[in-house]
Amino acid sequence: MKRRTFLRGTIATSMVGVAVSAGMLSPRAVLAAWPESSFAAKKVADALNSLHGTSAYTDSGDIKIKAPDIAENGAVVPITVSTGANAEAITVLVAENPQPLACNFELASNAQGFVSTRIKMGKTSDVVAVVKSGGKLMSAKKTVKVTIGGCGG
Amino acid sequence: MASKSIRIRANIKGDVTEVKALMSHPMETGLRKDKKTGEKIPAHFIKEVNAEHKGTSVMVAQWGVAVSKNPYLSFKFKGGAAGDTIKISWVDNKGESDTGETTIK
Repeated sequence: MKRRTFLRGTIATSMVGVAVSAGMLSPRAVLAAWPESSFAAKKVADALNSLHGTSAYTDSGDIKIKAPDIAENGAVVPITVSTGANAEAITVLVAENPQPLACNFELASNAQGFVSTRIKMGKTSDVVAVVKSGGKLMSAKKTVKVTIGGCGG
Repeated sequence: MASKSIRIRANIKGDVTEVKALMSHPMETGLRKDKKTGEKIPAHFIKEVNAEHKGTSVMVAQWGVAVSKNPYLSFKFKGGAAGDTIKISWVDNKGESDTGETTIK
């Protein structure tokens, strides 16, 4: 009886070991549930607090935001955020949007600090890119002028 | 694997693979009004996009209504090789989903 329990325990442990080494239990890859309150937040600080547990960030020259100075169409504004830092997450917020959080990218350890997408902007606003690295937040922002707002309504 | 709504390109240069994807989706904010009825068109948007390389998640994107219609996405990662499978799946707020695959060139 004891031998059976012992063997079962050993096999279970070794299975976990295999799973970890196969990357299945890697903490980076854990899927967080969709952060509803972060997307509903009406201020940048609230969105960051809800998403990352803090809204304290330092400005960083190592984050580059590529976005048009003037967006012809606020419904489709191309944004590229790149950083040399070891990014765990990249978050894009539009400060003047009714709900500033536009998107968040959780990056695996082998993913580069680079994301590109297209977002909607309601009006001229700062686009804030926040990079989470080593558990801390760094950010950069760029003002994008919007002639025709893209939120609808 | 032919996907209805996802087109993906994955190219490798040196040791960095760049993935570009274009998805078809209305990404309705829920704020737009139907011009005929005056009613608000309900929000319908992709909430989560999962990108996998050979079955391992490389990137998870959480999206809100502020991502543009027919969303474009690009990201880069290391550790890929030509011929590897890249899979991108999305789930929206109505529970609809789709998946597309390609190989790294």
